[in-house]
Amino acid sequence: MEKVITGKAFVLGDKIDTDQIIPAEHLVYSLSDPEEKKKYGYYAFSGVPLPESGLPMGHKPFIKGDNYQSEYAIIIGGGNFGCGSSREHAPFALQVAGVKAVIAESYARIFYRNCVDGGFLIPYEGFEKLNDKIKTGDDLEIDISANLVKNLTTGDEFLLKPLGSVVSIIEAGDLFEYARKTGMIAKG
Amino acid sequence: MGMTITEKILAKAAGKSRVTPGESVWLSVDVLMTHDVCGPPTIDIWKREFGPEAKIWDKEKLVIFPDHYIFTANTHAIANVAKLRDFAKEYDLPNYYDPGTERYKGVCHMALAEEGYNVPGTVLFGTDSHTCTSGAFGMFSTGVGNSDAAFILGTGKIWEKVPESMLFWFDGEIPPYLTAKDMILQIIGDITTDGATYRAMEFAGPGVMSLPISERMTLTNMAIEAGGMNGIIEADELTEAYVKARTDKSYELFKSDPDATYHSKYSYDLSKMEPMVAKPHSPDNKDTVRNVQGTKLTKCYIGSCTGGKLEDFQFAAKLLFGQTVKTPTYIVPASTWVDQQLDVETVNGVSLREIFVKAGCTIGESSCAACLGGPSDTFGRAQDDEVIISTTNRNFPGRMGSKKSAVYLASALTVAASAIHGVITDPRDVM
Repeated sequence: MEKVITGKAFVLGDKIDTDQIIPAEHLVYSLSDPEEKKKYGYYAFSGVPLPESGLPMGHKPFIKGDNYQSEYAIIIGGGNFGCGSSREHAPFALQVAGVKAVIAESYARIFYRNCVDGGFLIPYEGFEKLNDKIKTGDDLEIDISANLVKNLTTGDEFLLKPLGSVVSIIEAGDLFEYARKTGMIAKG
Repeated sequence: MGMTITEKILAKAAGKSRVTPGESVWLSVDVLMTHDVCGPPTIDIWKREFGPEAKIWDKEKLVIFPDHYIFTANTHAIANVAKLRDFAKEYDLPNYYDPGTERYKGVCHMALAEEGYNVPGTVLFGTDSHTCTSGAFGMFSTGVGNSDAAFILGTGKIWEKVPESMLFWFDGEIPPYLTAKDMILQIIGDITTDGATYRAMEFAGPGVMSLPISERMTLTNMAIEAGGMNGIIEADELTEAYVKARTDKSYELFKSDPDATYHSKYSYDLSKMEPMVAKPHSPDNKDTVRNVQGTKLTKCYIGSCTGGKLEDFQFAAKLLFGQTVKTPTYIVPASTWVDQQLDVETVNGVSLREIFVKAGCTIGESSCAACLGGPSDTFGRAQDDEVIISTTNRNFPGRMGSKKSAVYLASALTVAASAIHGVITDPRDVM
């Protein structure tokens, strides 16, 4: 596991549901084909209405042009991030787009599980609402061992909630690696 | 200290005498369900992680219902169903229900009930957030992603954090102008879309137990819209009769202890409740139908696992009998069985199908259809800046297709009443 995650912030509002993260019409593409899976990056956050895309100003597309990777690697969300469907395509799409971590006020359960068990990205929770304190484009640095996010653009620092009981799965990489480490399934 | 029904079922599945909320446990899974959207990636992960020697833990316990993108020319969607078909053939799976054949069933959550996979006291996981629907049968059921499903496919096990339970108690009998959809929209509006996150939602009381099975399924179906891990209703004689008619599997009835601990308790009197809507763009944006009546509509939609069951069409047919719809109205039976029943069930001696056709409704084939938008040729899909009233379960931006559309969620009674007038209408005004 990386010790430090750095990247630009992409800020969103409350209740970003899985249809906004990756609209259902795009769930037809293969997640294993190396070329086809890029579509998930290309369409990541394409369901977010443009005025709410990249706060506080909005109207900032997450993906520019024909790219499948974003210039933003850290998502700052509000409450109930990832609510809606069980589609693992959602954290997968964010991973393909280059997202390393999400910091939200709270998460919907299945999205949170999918981030952890599939090893796509780290879902952090803030102690306070951060999507009105960080701006899209700010340079952030997450110190994982200290559970701290530093805003290099403004100098602000915010403590994050410890990852808790799922930290062992995150450290292993995903649920399968965790199960191999603990002897639940055979080592591959 | 006593336990809730959810805690008792999880304790049994974990091989423990008791479990406590917050505790992480490994559960033995009784049924794993998947479909055409999440099945193919689940299979890919399972093969990647368990290697060429990968084994399915128990073929009898794996159930595959393709249901999402079935009636579409989208080549990727067609390839996904073909992948499931090949997988079922390669592993000689007994519980695969192939589109285009008589075995095709329609929406998975309805089909799980109809085909006898919902069994009281058991634990069911599915790669769909509305898997919580099965909890109407006194069992634990919840949605998971592809990785969790692949893990279950190879091991039959999965971890889960034991949820705290919230109790939703209903007194009285349901009046003719209300349905289970009004009950659950009221609850979601009261507790919001994350009011039950990581918790069990237990529905109880005479007002719940007087509901038919499919209406109970509407309550548990939408537990996820409040963030709930599971929705659950104790099994009673009605449940037992339904289950026994469909499977000879043994089952165990669990009930919450009188001294069980709840996170919170909510109480409702059905005689005082109103027909409800969830306004755009969130299932918790509640209002009474009265407060939004007159809102102009471009489309009415009755369908999905939460709003396309036989009771929903019986509700709608009672109001649409002898009427003509003013707004294009789309009917999507949740399952092929429900579709067949449209010819069997009658109102005033006329079949439901004939009532809908004469009223000017368009009837589609059983599948998830426009509930989640889907490929561009999906039946009933939201176009441009449409204003839709729908019996489905979600109305986040773009959920039914177009990002610019606005969706009101409501009961089949309210949707039918609104179809007659072309504007949102309280069902009491046309009854």
